[in-house]
Parts: sequence; C-alpha cells; structure tokens
Amino acid sequence: MRFRLILPLYALLFLIFLYGPVLLMPVFSFNDNMFTTFPLKAFTFKHYAGLAYNSGMINALHNSLRVGFSVSIASTIVGLLAAIALTRYSLPGRAPITGMIMLPLVVPSVILGVALLVILRQVLDVELTLWTVGVGHLLLCVPFSMLVLVSRLEGFDRSLEEASADLGENQWMTFWRITFPLVLPGIIASLLMSFTISFDEFVLAFFLSGTEPTLPVYLFSQLRFPQRLPSTMALGSLILFVSALVIVISEILRQRGFEAAKPLRTAS
Amino acid sequence: MKAADSIIELRGVSKSFGPVVAVDDVSFEIRRGEFFSLLGPSGCGKTTLLRILGGFEHPTTGDVLIDGQSVVGVPAYQRPTNMVFQSYAIFPHLNVHDNIAYGLRRLKLGKRDMADRVEQALELIKLPGYGDRAAHELSGGQRQRVALARALVRRPKVLLLDEPLGALDKKLREEMQLELRQLQRTIGITFVFVTHDQEEALTLSDRIAVMSHGKTLQIDRAAALYEAPSSRAVAEFIGSMNLFEGRLISSEGGLAKVDAGPFGMLSARAEAPLPALGSIVSVAIRPEKLAISREPRPGLNSIEGSVRTEAYFGDRSHFYVSVPGAERLVAVAHQNAFRSFKESEAVGQPVWLTWSPESAILLTE
Repeated sequence: MRFRLILPLYALLFLIFLYGPVLLMPVFSFNDNMFTTFPLKAFTFKHYAGLAYNSGMINALHNSLRVGFSVSIASTIVGLLAAIALTRYSLPGRAPITGMIMLPLVVPSVILGVALLVILRQVLDVELTLWTVGVGHLLLCVPFSMLVLVSRLEGFDRSLEEASADLGENQWMTFWRITFPLVLPGIIASLLMSFTISFDEFVLAFFLSGTEPTLPVYLFSQLRFPQRLPSTMALGSLILFVSALVIVISEILRQRGFEAAKPLRTAS
Repeated sequence: MKAADSIIELRGVSKSFGPVVAVDDVSFEIRRGEFFSLLGPSGCGKTTLLRILGGFEHPTTGDVLIDGQSVVGVPAYQRPTNMVFQSYAIFPHLNVHDNIAYGLRRLKLGKRDMADRVEQALELIKLPGYGDRAAHELSGGQRQRVALARALVRRPKVLLLDEPLGALDKKLREEMQLELRQLQRTIGITFVFVTHDQEEALTLSDRIAVMSHGKTLQIDRAAALYEAPSSRAVAEFIGSMNLFEGRLISSEGGLAKVDAGPFGMLSARAEAPLPALGSIVSVAIRPEKLAISREPRPGLNSIEGSVRTEAYFGDRSHFYVSVPGAERLVAVAHQNAFRSFKESEAVGQPVWLTWSPESAILLTE
C-alpha cells in the first residue's frame, strides 16, 4: 500500500532532477538581469533580440547548420548502404562489422577527439576546418542512422522486392520504386536525428574545429564573459527548443513508419 | 510427349543450401496450358522448385528450360514468368490500380493500352472499380485477387502460385479454387501451383507432382495418383490407405495372390511391372472400397475385426476397425445415405471387412 505513495513521489523527484536545471535556462533567459540569480526581476526579450546583432554567434550558427546538414545527408547515405548490406545480403562477418560501426557510440568522445586530432594533424597533416568537424560527426551519426534504417528494412516483407523483380524491374529500379518509398520514414528520421546529434555535439567539434567554431563551441567560449551569460542562456534555450522539436518530429515519423510497415494481412 | 508440348523442362535440377539438399535431382516436363501442382509436406522442396522457376533461386546443378530456352542465370526480371506470392506481396504504398500496373511500365505500352489492360484485369478478378482503393483497405480474398491480376496483366507464359489460398478461410478458399480453375481454363496460361493441401491439388490440377525430401515421387493425373499410387509414400500422402503386408505367391488372370499371414489369403489387381514372386508386398485398399458387414462374403477378400470408433462427417462416416495382427486401425468409409449400420450397435461389435480383389492394388516400396 505504501508503494502507492512512494513510487509516484520518486518518479516526480526523478523528473525534477532530470529536467529542472534544463528548464531553468529558458526561465533565466527571459529575466531582465545580468546575473542568473533569484528572485527574477522583469520579463524581457532583449537577450533574444541581442542575439540577432551578435555576428560571432550568427557565424557559429551558420557553421553548425552547414556541418549539420552535410553530416545528416552523408550519414544517412552511408547508414542506408550499410543497412542494406546487413539486411539484404548474407554478409560474412556480419556481427563484427555491425560491432565496428557501432563502436564510436561507446568510445568516450574525448578519446575519439584526441585520436582524430592526432591522425588528422600529425599523420595526414590536414588543416582543421569544418570538414574535419564533419568527419568526426559522421563517425558519431552513422551508428544511429544505420540502426534506424536496419529496423526499417527488416520491418518489411522481403517478398515485396521479389515481387518487383518478378514484375520486370531490376535491382536499381526496385530500390527506387519499392525499397526507397517504404524506407522513406526511416530516412527522414535518420536525417533529423543525425542533424540533431551534429548540431549539439561539443567535444569532437571542440577538438576539430580550428578557427571556425560551431555553435556549441562558440557557446562554451562565451562562458568566460559573465556579462554575456544571459544571451548565452537565450541561445541555449533556442537550441533546446529546436532540438526537442526535431527529435519529436523524427520520433513521430518513425512510429508512423512502423504502422505502415506492419504486414497488410493483419489489417483486415 | 513431344518436346513441342512442354513449356517447362527440368533436367536433373538440384539445389542445396549449405549442407541441406532442398531439391534433389528432379527432372520432369510441364505441358503448355496445363494446371500443374507441386504437392508435398512443408520442407519437401516444392517452394524452392517454384522459386527456381521464378528466378529467385538458382539451381546448384541441372538445367531449366522455359519455352525451349535455358533460363539458368537469367534473373527474375527477365523471365517470362510471373508469381503470386504466399504473402501476396501487395505493395503497401500503392493503390490497387498502381499495384496492377506496376509490371506494365517495362512493357512500354501507351497510356490507353495500359489503362485498358488494368481495367480488363480488374474485370477478370471481379473487382471492377476498385482501382482507387488503398492496399490496406482490401480483405484477404481481395488481396489475393489483386496479386493474381498483377501477375496476369503481364501475360506471362507461366504463372507461378506459391500456396496462394493458404491464408484464406475454408469457405473462401473453396470459392477461390473454383474461380482459379475457371480462370486458368479461360486464359489458357500454364499454372504451376504449390500446395501442401492434397484435396486442393486433386480438385484443381491437370497433373500433380508429389514431392518428398526434395524428390518427385510420382507425377500423374489426380485420379491416377489416387487409384494407382506408385509407392506407399504416395498412397499414404494422398487420401488414406489401408495396407496389409504379405508375400506374393502367385499371379493369374490379372489377379495376384498374397499370403498375408494373420489376414489370410488376399488378392489384388496385378499390374505390370509385377514384383517377383515371393517378395514382400502390401495389399493396399482405400477406405471407401471396403464394405463392413456382420458376415464374411464368399468370393471377396474378408478380414475379421471389431469396430473401435466412428468419425462422423455428415455425408459419410469413417469406422476405425481394429484387426488382429494389424499395427494400425483399418479405416472404412461408409456413405451415410446408404446406411445399414447403426452407430450405437457398431462400436465394439465384431465385423467383417470385405472388398473385391479388383479394387485393391499391390505396392512394393
């Protein structure tokens, strides 16, 4: 009987612990005060308005968007190819290959960052640009893209592709007429997810960005100046909002994809 | 059979998946315009054989000819065959019209021709006006018809059907069997039909290949398979068969005499090739060819036993009779229209099973 009280209380405390600090950020971003302390003084949009004139920030946002878009497209293409190879062909060494692709998920980003930095600078002698950031992010995003697309490809009846071949279409046309439309929700989910991961990523970007900071790197650099903290909060809130929105959309698409992928036979 | 009559020819076709031999040295021909069934229990290789015809599997050894041309190495999309898949494989993102028209794009038809063909196909499967329906709005039976139309609209030389009626309920299945048979007669395309349901194969097919463990046991017309099975395996797979083992002792005037030990002397039709005198054979008799009575009848084969149970099917009943010396209960079919036997009296009673020698056959393996 007592659990009836304790469990909801525990759940509530847990949620507050999880989201409380994050939700404080938007609260302070609307506060008309340089210092992030209670009590709140007055409601204001000026920190947000200020962002529009902050050329450093705009520049960093621009960089992040460029990296994010490119990485999401590249990661989805690579992930799709890997997912097709894993689900459609009897691939020797399927398990180790999957493991290798998933590995960046469990390697700490700091180590990944240092390792990439050493390879890029010392071994390959490449300049640090947005390209190097993109390469690092690709490593992080491909596992996610592949996972989403593998589950999508496994979700639909193999005989659909065979039926297409039977009706005269070769593999290439079968891909475009059958596989691609059926995998499309997964592709969109993969694009959105990779974009979010790249857009939010800090550690690798910090190591690999050189003179062109991405938004999180720029944000971090601003923490040194206390007077810029409120505008940083405003920026953080915006990122939080956009990320949450994108993730929700991608999750809705993924769910809808599962609905469509269900075998037709159960529908009657 | 002349070579010109055959649309499909299999020559020593085998297919292994690793150590598993799915199809084992199969050779036969399928005639043009024939309704041909591959019948066998699951895992007998019938679906693999069908997929070899469709180009989804490639034989490990052997040759496959379709209309005189070897198709070994020819991919599915270049073959003059079309398939109705077991799951129907209706494209879920396309409506009925687009599903049916899917295979027409390659044929480079004009817009009018294409629309006409789809319209005709919808008429053929009795779903006119269904073109705009989404795939998920169709019932199981309708999906089956759309899959059929989608395959037929390309006018293949051979239509391959992989247990297409398996997912339907009994009543619908019987309706579709009838329609399928009529459809095949109307359009005259060769059908190769895979099923594990012997009744379905018997009603639909011109000829049936009975398969087991990757081999074809017998290929024949339904009546021949039923009346003159070539082996015990075929006899027991198609319908039920009562077998009495014994030693062949003589053959005279078309009748073979068998010394069947505890069952006495039995006689059966002697057909060429007759096994050697003295060899072990089985006298095989179908349940409906046995008569059940209180007394033995002179001149007929007679075996004494007692009724163990009765299975009532409405139009007929099966009595299961235990006979001393027989491992299994002997099945006797009894038409209830001519019933002379009351079930209350039947169970536990000593009875005589009698049959005329001409209705029994000899089986060796």
